[in-house]
Amino acid sequence: MTSTTIRPAAIRKTFTVRATPEKAFRVFTAGFDGWWPKTHYIGSSPLKTAVIEPGVGGRWYGLHEDGAENLWGDVLAWEPPARLLLAWRITGQWVYDPDLLTEVEVRFTAAGEARTRVDFEHRGLERFGDSDAARQTRLSMDGGWGSILESFQAAANG
Amino acid sequence: MTNAKAFAALADPTRREVFEHLARGPSAVGDLAQGLPVSRPAVSQHLKVLKEAGLVIDRPEGARRVYQIDPHGLGQIRAWLDQFWDTALDAFKAAVESDAGHSETPANEDRP
Repeated sequence: MTSTTIRPAAIRKTFTVRATPEKAFRVFTAGFDGWWPKTHYIGSSPLKTAVIEPGVGGRWYGLHEDGAENLWGDVLAWEPPARLLLAWRITGQWVYDPDLLTEVEVRFTAAGEARTRVDFEHRGLERFGDSDAARQTRLSMDGGWGSILESFQAAANG
Repeated sequence: MTNAKAFAALADPTRREVFEHLARGPSAVGDLAQGLPVSRPAVSQHLKVLKEAGLVIDRPEGARRVYQIDPHGLGQIRAWLDQFWDTALDAFKAAVESDAGHSETPANEDRP
């Protein structure tokens, strides 16, 4: 344990989309691959398909061009069309760690005719600092920061 | 944005190597230089950039200065994620408001 505990604030985003909550939930989940930026992935092979499997326990992962699958997390709550709760288990070193739990919650609330307010929150960010696996990867982090850089540069250039 | 600074700082391969050496534990400039194929002044310069980017911190230890990865570097991850989710959620909003939004099969077509 480190002597200082760091508690970064949760990331929160609220916005409105021109769609029903049903459609918003469907596009977010079943249509995940259609909107997820292909520049954002972990591992060495380019991302081919991004998937959120339906239902509690469903896997959240990326399928890569070399055939590899990289898990990102899993579904903790599946309440269409109102709420989706995902476990994001990718460390700050950009590797999957089953022991890391940060939560991504998305709420879809009807806000008038065919409009939906989307409340997004990514919380538990302080846990990025304290997983054993994260510490381990710091010892052999070849590719860790490199992958982040590649993703970041690709995003910046795209 | 500090985060962009952090990524820019790590874009240099030697600097990344310096950073990765520090990832193994706190170290003084002289010790770092011994394990790297660059001069001590060069290592100092890299450390300065890493420090300005908020990735490492230093403290005096007797006559030397010891560098280590900034435990608050978590802020970098948060800043990155914050920007990252902006991009992703913008893309989601565009998808849900387009007619293609109803598609439940992976779509690979490039739109003009």
